[in-house]
Amino acid sequence: MEAVAEFFRSFWVVWMTTLFLGIVAWAYWPKRKSKLQEHADIPFRDDE
Amino acid sequence: MTDAAGATPRRAIPYDEDVVRLFVVATVFWGVAAFAVGLLIALQLAFPVLNLEYSFTTFGRLRPLHTSAAVFAFGGNALFATSLYVVQRTCRAPLFGGRALANFLFWGYQMFIVLAAIGYLVGATQSREYAEPEWYVDLWLTLVWVVYLIVFLGTLLRRREPHIYVANWFFLAFIVTVAVLHIVNNLAVPVSLTGTKSYSLFSGVQDALTQWWYGHNAVGFFLTAGFLGIMYYFIPKRADRPIYSYRLSVVHFWSLIFLYIWAGPHHLHFTALPDWAQTLGMAFSLMLWMPSWGGMINGLMTLSGAWHKLRTDPVLRFMVASVGFYGMSTFEGPVMSIRSVNALSHFTDWTIGHVHSGALGWVAFVSFGAIYHLVPKLWQRDELYSMKLVSVHFWIATVGIVLYVVAMWVSGILQGLMWRSYDELGFLQFSFVETVQAMHPFYVIRATGGALFLIGALIMVYNLWRTIRGDVRGEAPVSAFAAAAE
Repeated sequence: MEAVAEFFRSFWVVWMTTLFLGIVAWAYWPKRKSKLQEHADIPFRDDE
Repeated sequence: MTDAAGATPRRAIPYDEDVVRLFVVATVFWGVAAFAVGLLIALQLAFPVLNLEYSFTTFGRLRPLHTSAAVFAFGGNALFATSLYVVQRTCRAPLFGGRALANFLFWGYQMFIVLAAIGYLVGATQSREYAEPEWYVDLWLTLVWVVYLIVFLGTLLRRREPHIYVANWFFLAFIVTVAVLHIVNNLAVPVSLTGTKSYSLFSGVQDALTQWWYGHNAVGFFLTAGFLGIMYYFIPKRADRPIYSYRLSVVHFWSLIFLYIWAGPHHLHFTALPDWAQTLGMAFSLMLWMPSWGGMINGLMTLSGAWHKLRTDPVLRFMVASVGFYGMSTFEGPVMSIRSVNALSHFTDWTIGHVHSGALGWVAFVSFGAIYHLVPKLWQRDELYSMKLVSVHFWIATVGIVLYVVAMWVSGILQGLMWRSYDELGFLQFSFVETVQAMHPFYVIRATGGALFLIGALIMVYNLWRTIRGDVRGEAPVSAFAAAAE
């Protein structure tokens, strides 16, 4: 078991890169565009 | 720009602005102090007689006083002021912990600064760059920092806005990472509980790597992530336009988080650190071009369609110029991390120039912009005392930075080339003192640049002082002035 964990840990660059590319794909998924861009209006909602 | 959610009356939320006001005043005060000490030590390098032959006033003791005053006192207070302001506004919630914790944060942090500064002057130092304070000061800062985290997180948790705005991600990453860095790098054993001296828990190359893991991430998370939080709130607010791409801001954030933490080994090229670790540090440093461009594009493109505002609003000009300097210095940094470039640049003034294009151009300019934006709001004034003085400040400070950075580029490369010149018999061509003599004119130019930067800051102090008093200088709009100046 420990040997297996050790084996997978040695590929940390691959896991981290996959995770990061997952985040990029999530952020740039076409369906999510308008939903995410709406958050950009938050600074203008503090009622000044 | 408002929408249905913005219909709540403003005073329904009792934002705590007292503590923000205190931090703004402290930012300006420590800023002037940091620039003044910087000018003094720049002059000491040009004219050694200014060391005054007192141990307290020698360059070796005043240099950490300058760097800590700039990074932690000026930069730190600016980050406290803006993060505590932004988190309340973007969560539409008052500060967690109330008056008591807020006051503790302010006075506790100022006490850290004063304790650290006294230590430097009397020679109590760990000799770790940007982590010079000894163990008792480190423990105190840890306590203050944990309270900061509690106040910030608590405010996020009671937010009325479902989404956490991206500026707060950067602020939170800054607070959490600095806590981790600070604690690990300062693991040390005091010689006695009544003395100031301690010894690091690490030794040899492990000690060096821990220190530069800390040191580089102090730049990455204190001076970059934190100030990007300022950029993501204050540029949209000042330009009155939402950030260019929120999706890009998500990628910008995560690329910075994933990469920065690995870049530290580039400070240890050609040392006992294994080659693979040096190469790793260099590779991750080069990848940092990704968040560099992400942030620059997002900051600058927010202005697209509103570039004319730069002509009439010198406050916005400060912010936009800061993003330009951010792009420039974060382009230069990865180049300098390349081992063969580093062989020339390391230990020379090139590094000093690089740091200052970041510290003066990016950190200080975006802070000036935020402060000029905040002061009228925090003291309920309609406008600043004088926009013309903001514009004068901008140009004086910009000329100062250009003189500083160009002088250090020339001097640094000259110095690096002189150090590696051999004659036909394989002897060094120049003695060390000859390289020092060659630096002199550039040191004078650098001090001139620093003096201009300090004068600009003093103009800001006057302008803010009159603004807080409620004065308004009757003057024509800035555009006419700018046209005349060009």
